[in-house]
Amino acid sequence: MTTTLYTSDHEWLAIDGDVATVGITDYAQQQLGDVVFVELPKVGRTLKKAEAAAVVESVKAASDVYAPISGEVLETNAEVAGEPALVNSDAQGKAWFFKIRIADKNELGGLMDEAAYKAHTA
Amino acid sequence: MLASDDKNSLKRTPLHDLHVSLGGKMVPFAGYDMPVQYPAGVLKEHLHTRASAGLFDVSHMGQIALRPKSGKVEDAARALERLVPQDIVAIAPGRQRYAQFTNPDGGILDDLMVANFGDHLFLVVNAACKDADEAHLRANLADVCVIEQLSDRALIALQGPKAEAALAKLCAEAPAMKFMDAGPHRVAGLACFVSRSGYTGEDGFEISVPASDAEALARKLLENPDVMPIGLGARDSLRLEAGLCLYGHDIDTATTPVEAALEWSVQKSRRTGGTRAGGFPGAEKILAHFDNGASRRRVGLLAQGRAPVREGALLFAGEAGGDPIGQVTSGGFGPSLGAPVAMGYVPASSSALDTKLFAEVRGQRLPLTVAAMPFVKNTYKR
Repeated sequence: MTTTLYTSDHEWLAIDGDVATVGITDYAQQQLGDVVFVELPKVGRTLKKAEAAAVVESVKAASDVYAPISGEVLETNAEVAGEPALVNSDAQGKAWFFKIRIADKNELGGLMDEAAYKAHTA
Repeated sequence: MLASDDKNSLKRTPLHDLHVSLGGKMVPFAGYDMPVQYPAGVLKEHLHTRASAGLFDVSHMGQIALRPKSGKVEDAARALERLVPQDIVAIAPGRQRYAQFTNPDGGILDDLMVANFGDHLFLVVNAACKDADEAHLRANLADVCVIEQLSDRALIALQGPKAEAALAKLCAEAPAMKFMDAGPHRVAGLACFVSRSGYTGEDGFEISVPASDAEALARKLLENPDVMPIGLGARDSLRLEAGLCLYGHDIDTATTPVEAALEWSVQKSRRTGGTRAGGFPGAEKILAHFDNGASRRRVGLLAQGRAPVREGALLFAGEAGGDPIGQVTSGGFGPSLGAPVAMGYVPASSSALDTKLFAEVRGQRLPLTVAAMPFVKNTYKR
């Protein structure tokens, strides 16, 4: 069973055992507007929490996506890199960015659940 | 952003209420609270302008009347030639021309449109420069001209292949106008100044309208289902694809018109050997650039990959090592091209078409090619 958590920087993490799938939230894609480019981290890279892990660009601007937790990148979503508009159509589904092996479960404690995230973006 | 861009101190155009009612996302721009986009978003707004017609509020820009004290417009034209390298005397009544105010170093203080309205000249200048431009005109032309900033007028741009048909419903003379025609016309019965020009690479018009009538006119134009409101975001991507300079980015006080690849805008009469050669600020340097070439040049840049290369990115000759040879001054994603587009300055020796360069983006060198501008073919009605 998976649990979805959120960061104040508008990333979502679907936690399944010791693996987290990471993307940006629907709220974030609305703020960004039409996404035209997504750059993903290399598989095998070890990310530290809060380090720039991916880039998402709209017509207007580039935005960094920060690693919400520390860990090794296990897999990236080639589909979203090939079709960046997926971020606008299905941010919290098909447009996941990467999967990361959770290095320290304690880091999850600082993240928000859905209710808290809703309040954060209200 | 300027300190004066604090939300409370921001100025509003006469169309501000309209933008808010249309769901415009308002941002500070040149001291004004302006719509960067509407709910359709930058991509759709951009593509709609190229396919149909877009309505832009450009009322933040400065509109200035130069009235000759003698009553003879040639006197105002001759006086304005003290400040710009363009042939202003040759602008026929009912026509307009692109120009630049230059400084003593040959740099560009602002770029502008100059129209001959028969008995006076009508100037459209950039929002961020308009007060400085007005002061510059007063300091230099007050002996010959009465200078008046027309702050009681709004400016609406209507751009795209369906702009002519949309404006024709309100202004019967519009279809007969050619690119760069400009003059007073009635639009929906209102006393407007209309020019067939714009900042998108598309056929279109700019309509100066009394501020008090601006919202009613904009709403009338927007009643046409072909016309969509367009924000500053798409205005920027449209002009970038059209290869047009944005003042303060692609041209500024440190770039000459020759470095900026704007030679086409300086007529022969003002160049070495011309009938009124020189006589504008920085003439020595600018004419030397004409005669001997400039060491650097603004060029178009197409990326080979999908990653946009944005303003500020450093340019390199090679894939690794070496010092930067230039810098990107505007860049982003071109929605009509479906690819990243940019412009920037490079050494003259690297400015030939198809020259391979590299831009540094997030620590990586991305391959670029020097490319002809406009990136998207313009559709001006000449």
